[in-house]
Amino acid sequence: MSRVRADEEEYWHSSKFRAFTFDDEDDELSQLKESKQAVNSLRDIVDDDDDDLERVSWSGEPVGSISWSIKETASSSTSSLEGRDSILQKGSSSYAAFPKQVSSYSLSSLFKGRNKLPSFQSLSDALSDTGVKNYAPDLRRPKAEYKDYINDWSPKDTVRRMQRGKVCSLERFRSLQDKLVLLDEAVAGHDGNVITAVLIFLKRTLRREILFRELEVRQVALCHLIHFLKETGEQKLLLDLLRFLDRTEEVALSQYREHLNIQDVEKRREFLKGCIGLPFSAEDTSHIQDHYTLLERQIIIETNDRHLETSGESEMFRKYPRKASILNMPLVTTLFYSCFYHYTEAEGTFSSPINLKKTFKIPDKQYVLTALAARAKLRAWNDVDALFTTKNWLGYTKKKAPIGFHRVVEILQRNNAPVQVLQEYVRLVEDVETRLSLATKYKCHDVVIETYKDLKDRIQLTAYKCKVERGSAEEEKINSILNNMQIRWKN
Amino acid sequence: MAQRTSGAGVPSGPAPLSGVPVPAMASAGRRDAPEAPDFGILKRLARDQLIYLLEQLPGKKDLFIEADLMSPLDRIANVSILKQHEVDKLYKVETRPPPSSCDQFCFLVRPRIRTMRYIADIVNADKMSGRSRKYKIIFSPQKFYACEMVLEEEGVFGDVTCDEWSFYLLPLDEDIISMELPEFFRDYFLEGDHRWINSIARALQLLNSLYGPFGRAYGIGRCAKMSFELWRDLEGESEGDGQGRKPEIGNVFLMDRDTDYVTALCSQVVYEGLVDDTFRIKCGSVDFGPDVTSSDKSIKVLLNAQDKVFSQIRNEHFSSVFGFLSQKSRNLQAQYDRRRGMDIKQMKNFVSQELKGLKQEHRLLSLHIGACESIMKKKTKQDFQEMIKAEHSLLEGFDIRESTSFIEEHIDRQVSPIESLRLMCLLSITENGLVPKDYRSLKTQYLQSYGPEHLLTFHNLKRIGLLTEQAAGETLTAVESRVSKLVTDRAAGKITDAFNSLARKSNFRAISKKLGLIPRLDGEYDLKLPRDMAYVFSGAYVPLSCKIIEQVLERRGWQGLEEVVRLLNGHEFSVSDSAAEDSAEAQRVVLAVFLGGCTFSEIAALRFLGKERGCKFIFLTTAITNSARVMEAMTEARA
Repeated sequence: MSRVRADEEEYWHSSKFRAFTFDDEDDELSQLKESKQAVNSLRDIVDDDDDDLERVSWSGEPVGSISWSIKETASSSTSSLEGRDSILQKGSSSYAAFPKQVSSYSLSSLFKGRNKLPSFQSLSDALSDTGVKNYAPDLRRPKAEYKDYINDWSPKDTVRRMQRGKVCSLERFRSLQDKLVLLDEAVAGHDGNVITAVLIFLKRTLRREILFRELEVRQVALCHLIHFLKETGEQKLLLDLLRFLDRTEEVALSQYREHLNIQDVEKRREFLKGCIGLPFSAEDTSHIQDHYTLLERQIIIETNDRHLETSGESEMFRKYPRKASILNMPLVTTLFYSCFYHYTEAEGTFSSPINLKKTFKIPDKQYVLTALAARAKLRAWNDVDALFTTKNWLGYTKKKAPIGFHRVVEILQRNNAPVQVLQEYVRLVEDVETRLSLATKYKCHDVVIETYKDLKDRIQLTAYKCKVERGSAEEEKINSILNNMQIRWKN
Repeated sequence: MAQRTSGAGVPSGPAPLSGVPVPAMASAGRRDAPEAPDFGILKRLARDQLIYLLEQLPGKKDLFIEADLMSPLDRIANVSILKQHEVDKLYKVETRPPPSSCDQFCFLVRPRIRTMRYIADIVNADKMSGRSRKYKIIFSPQKFYACEMVLEEEGVFGDVTCDEWSFYLLPLDEDIISMELPEFFRDYFLEGDHRWINSIARALQLLNSLYGPFGRAYGIGRCAKMSFELWRDLEGESEGDGQGRKPEIGNVFLMDRDTDYVTALCSQVVYEGLVDDTFRIKCGSVDFGPDVTSSDKSIKVLLNAQDKVFSQIRNEHFSSVFGFLSQKSRNLQAQYDRRRGMDIKQMKNFVSQELKGLKQEHRLLSLHIGACESIMKKKTKQDFQEMIKAEHSLLEGFDIRESTSFIEEHIDRQVSPIESLRLMCLLSITENGLVPKDYRSLKTQYLQSYGPEHLLTFHNLKRIGLLTEQAAGETLTAVESRVSKLVTDRAAGKITDAFNSLARKSNFRAISKKLGLIPRLDGEYDLKLPRDMAYVFSGAYVPLSCKIIEQVLERRGWQGLEEVVRLLNGHEFSVSDSAAEDSAEAQRVVLAVFLGGCTFSEIAALRFLGKERGCKFIFLTTAITNSARVMEAMTEARA
């Protein structure tokens, strides 16, 4: 017990942080610093032979106890009184001895040193660990008396001291009531660092159910604990907390998140399988299921294809060696891969695009975009053609796409499709303006010419003549159209 | 270009700041904005303290620096300063240290748990091998109790000494100070962790003591309020400080980023914003790659007011930058051409006096021209025009269906995970959430395109309120009221972060209407002669954050803005310190504090406003941000 205490003491006390000044020439200040350091080092000596249970670090400001006792009276609950009684019996501190009506501020201001230094000093002040110049050494009491005071920081002052980076033992906050008052003060003080420090203390000194119960009604503190547990990686406690709070979806997500840390695919797959049963929303459950199925597929495909590639049997893999493994890739990337390497496979195989489309209910739009990109990359223009060709019940063929044809053109163009291929799709762009601009941009002369003809725009058509090569078939076409007496030009 | 706006004398917007008598808006009568205070002292202070701390560990030592402290450190010190204080070798934290013979290790770190574990591993490994060394951890800007706890748990407490380097403020430019704490955004707004509020309060305290006292303080947002309160609390103890000194900054305005997510999510089109979006400005400097430098190496360029070319184009709409650059090149050419026909003496003069400057200008010009070209190339490839069009539709609230399918296609084509996410969020905030059908379908397609693990990202976005599903109102209010009954936090009745984000509606459409954020277009908006802050978004939208600041400063408070405040979910304040007597000059200097990040578009907009109103804005931000950074902060990365 006392060993633990000693460690705790050390933890809260032994900040090696020393005050920093920019202007060491300043005697008054450096003297003050020196004396403070001297006193700080004295603390250890003073404390050494002291076996009092509720010891707090040294300080020169004996007022805290008063405001603490005021707090106590304000929130006089039996439990806290009981807790305090037991302390009083054991220890030597006695809060009751202090007058209760005095504001903590009025007294403390008496002890506060006036800052007579020029403004530049204020800066060093701001940077150093103390905002107030307590002329502390003068206030030191004889040891016996001192002992009475050292424990007496009120929760509020404890929080304030901690906010200013000063060491402060929390050990004396033993009753639940005291702990909660301390926590509430920390929250009211707005400093997350202190809130977390108090929570660390509470977590260590309270049974988790009790801590959880109290945090449920203290949402700000709760956020801090959750964040702290996430950062320290105390997953089990975090999950317990979330379960206690009935935040089942977060429990599920938090567990699912762990898969990111699993490198081995087989293990990852197994883990994901386990995630399917977690309490996700119905919508997310299907996403998790898909994630698992996808990885399962990828493992199968990867094994197969790696074999194919190394054996050198497949021409595809010889001609287009794989740049990366398909494992852990998104579904669309997997679909692209399968459209690239396994386009013609029957639906029955796991690696066939159609199979992927069915299994994962990939929307037409997404499927067509992906397949188009893959086949265009291979310059398999026939496949591209087939992708958009539909037959109606009379057997007529028609080009149809779930995406705008301007998009199709763009993808084809990016893959350096020849003009003959390109213009077929430019022609299908519905919006005349877009069609014209695309056709002009990609030099699909026929489309431009026909569009102007349809628009009966003689001026534009005439003007376009200089864009085509002299003596070319296009020029001839323009000429014949311009000479066509049947057309009623609008200009 | 500065002279163009100030000379134009367009009396745009409502009356000037009351209490700040701006002369009649006659073309020549515009009062010049005051100069920004000199922030160089902040750098010196930080450097001196670092040196002091290094000297606390006398003798030769190896220094391990946290990756994200390197750029800020670069801005205030250099290797030779470190060497002067006996730093032997420099290492990056997180990399395994090579066996070193040095007897002292010093770690310059952010207060993070994982960094503590890294240090503990080093110490413990030394212990195992019987190596004895001295270890010192310098936390910047402050130490967290949780870090000490980890050191204790790892059994190295006592083996290491700890110090704090109170490096809160890094001046990035004449008018921009950054805390360089990008993690603030996620820590506070997503996790609800208040750990940085103390740092913010201390930063304010420092600025107040050096350049204040701030006579007036305004703010909106929970974090703004808490930071302000904690600052006042700290300030209360150091009363008397700074008295009798002439204040240089008279006003401070604090704003939480969640007051206005829309602006942060828009594509930036002012030059500095575009450079940031395209190349990522890091700590005030940018790495221009080979595509910009048209050579085989990258060049690191400091982008600030010292750059004579950059300073003239940084705030301009991208469309007017080309013209400026080409004009500038012609002038330069002309100046070079003067060499012809010079006699020897003149030539000598020219070489000794002008050539260096011309060469410098030439170098800068060619860099920025290169950057423009590269931006153009990238943006054309990305259908930038189409994207901007979709964005503007979202802001104005028409053709929502069309924009939705644009976003859908963006996702399906796997254009960019971050951009897709950004557009979805923009849709969500402007529309107060997505209709459930769209939400499900976009989410599914997103997961299919960019990976199922983004399920976690969607959860984060929902929690923070950036991407939500329109829900039946009752369920939400039920939860809300249940929680508020339970909440016993000191600030009673406060709805908690977790639920606040869920319950919080963006109300963008209503706010936009109330504040007139979408300018009515009568004719073409001349981007070269901006008439209001909307120019930073091509005249399509006045940044909400900046509009709020403008309105509050003008009214010297929130009177008359009650409805807007209500729509913004409250937590506004306005405090004036009667004791502080500010000079007329200081009254016209405003410290705009952005908690959770500030974009270059917002900076440009407020610089413009400052010029219009004859006041000077100083920016203090937890970090410079943009849409990509906001999105990345929400993304769950693959480990």
